[in-house]
Amino acid sequence: MSDPVLTRSIVVRNANGLHMRPADLLVKAANQFTCMIHVEREGQSVDCKSILGLLTLGATQGSELTLRVQGPDAEKAMERIVELFDQRFFETDEEMAPTN
Amino acid sequence: MKFSDFVSSKAICAQLNATDKDSAIAELVDSLVAAGEIKQEDREDIIKAIMKREELGSTGIGRGIAVPHTKHASVDKLVGTVGVSPEGVEFDSLDGEPVQLFFLLVSPPDRPGDHLRALENISRQLRDETFCRFLKQARNPKDITQLLDEADNNQFGA
Repeated sequence: MSDPVLTRSIVVRNANGLHMRPADLLVKAANQFTCMIHVEREGQSVDCKSILGLLTLGATQGSELTLRVQGPDAEKAMERIVELFDQRFFETDEEMAPTN
Repeated sequence: MKFSDFVSSKAICAQLNATDKDSAIAELVDSLVAAGEIKQEDREDIIKAIMKREELGSTGIGRGIAVPHTKHASVDKLVGTVGVSPEGVEFDSLDGEPVQLFFLLVSPPDRPGDHLRALENISRQLRDETFCRFLKQARNPKDITQLLDEADNNQFGA
């Protein structure tokens, strides 16, 4: 028997998109769960536990993504990942890097 | 976006002398100054901004790769360079391993999309282990330029 795949659509809301800091936060969050977590954009699906994978999505602000989560702790993982997107990865104006 | 769209070939550093994080970043920024991509007067400020970004979390993303970067108002388009350290540099990487391969990026503050597309290109190409290994083994700028060109022409598996 296998766990069901939970699916959820989500939009990248933070101004700088899915750059390195958000990707790092996602990987750290995903690694707290044993379940499989995949993020998909325009047909390309990557492992949410791989920063290199997440960066290949090139997801700018407004990008529509699909989350697919499967495993014993899938519900909690989904909640946590969605929360990070909703919180805009706690991005401030100078998050990508300070300009001065 | 391709490597040739943002990597300044004149600024490529095939054999970094740096042995620590600060000096590696300074050396890469200096190479962009020498190549005329950024002005000498902005050097200090750019180095400081890149280090400040590193304090938020290392841009050493594992597999011996780091992508130190910053936004800076002095550039009007994304500029970058590539550096190889044969010995490897301690960089507080996510996987704790030293970094041999550097992609340093400086982007205009109002162009987050360009920065993302550069990251996308770098990460997509570096997922190919052959490309990654060849770059780390390259010992002169010409070889690195050629590898980047080959990647731009989709000659690696990624």
